This record gives sequence, structure tokens and C-alpha cells, in this order.
Amino acid sequence: MSNSFNVLNSEINEIAAKDKSLELKIQIENLLSSSKVVLFMKGNAEMPQCGFSANSVAILKNLGVSFNTFNILNDPEIRQGLKEYSNWPTYPQLYIKGQLIGGNDVITEMYKNGELQEFLKNN
Amino acid sequence: MNNDFEFVESIIKSGIPDAMVLVEDMTGTKDHLAITVVSDAFEGKMLFQQHQMLMNLLKDELKTRIHAVKLETFTKAKYDQANKG
Repeated sequence: MSNSFNVLNSEINEIAAKDKSLELKIQIENLLSSSKVVLFMKGNAEMPQCGFSANSVAILKNLGVSFNTFNILNDPEIRQGLKEYSNWPTYPQLYIKGQLIGGNDVITEMYKNGELQEFLKNN
Repeated sequence: MNNDFEFVESIIKSGIPDAMVLVEDMTGTKDHLAITVVSDAFEGKMLFQQHQMLMNLLKDELKTRIHAVKLETFTKAKYDQANKG
């Protein structure tokens, strides 16, 4: 009796965990499609909380594109979940049309050699 | 190459055998590393995918003895081009 109860209980936990991760995935995908350009960062565009995030914001402002930001410091679940979703371990993370572009190093290099401008134009 | 960072080179080569690896200690503390990798395995990949290849290989080290990395990746052709000018 207690055994079958335990089995049922663990099944319920498993389903709940799956539901949770599915919910998180949907939440992430909604964020990614909230704008053509989305920057997940520490702080926001007006007040970045980290030098790398600030640099990425400065580049986007320089390009004159409109973009959404998401402050990962306010949401530990998204903060961890997006790292796993994208297999990218750090912030900031830039997405264009839901496609990961990279972190600050990648953004900076692509900006310097014109690839970022090119990518924005073509997408 | 500095012997302290041979482990970095061998980890990268375990996944990318033709890689030419340069490691620089950015802070003198041996845990903030500038890593330059030249390989034709990067051909046709987006820059973030090239960095992802390296970060996947260095994943365990990044949790332990490496605190931060600054990555630069080149295909052989791109590297030659970059060093001409």
C-alpha cells in the first residue's frame, strides 16, 4: 500500500517537474519572440549592472536598432533556464529573431567587423 | 607556450585535433585567460557556435580552475588574413 503510494507520488513529482520545465521553455520562447532583438542582461538598458552588459547595450544603441532587454537578476529561473536552453553559460546574451548571436565578446567582434550590421540587415 | 596552460591546449585538442592554441594569462593569477584558437573546424560556423565548441570542451575547467576566458577563434585562412595587415 505505502509502496504503491510512493510510486504514484514519484510519478506525480516527475510530471510536475516536466510541466515546470515545459512552462519555463514556453516562457523563454515567448521572451525570445517579444522583439526582433532581445538582450538578456544584468540590469536594464538605462542602468546596466555589469560592464559587459553595458557594453552590449552601447553597441545596440549605436546601431540604432530597437531592442528589448530582460533583466536576469530579477528572475533566477529564467537566469538558469536560458543558460541550459541555449547552452551558453554567461550573460549578457543577444538574440536576433530568436537565434542566439552570442555574449559580449562575440557581439563586440561582430560589431567591429560589420557582421552584426550585416546579420541585422538580412534578418 | 607557458607550461602552466598545457592542460588548456590538450583539452582543446582533444575535441579539435588540428587546433593551434595560444593561451595568455590576462591578470597574472592564472585563472583569467585569453585563449586564441585557430582551426578549420570553425569553417562555416557562426561565431557563437565557434565559442560554444570551446566552452563545451572547457566546461569542467570553467567550474574549477579557470574563472573567466576571453576567446578568439579563427579559421586558418582568417588567421593568415588577420596577420597580414
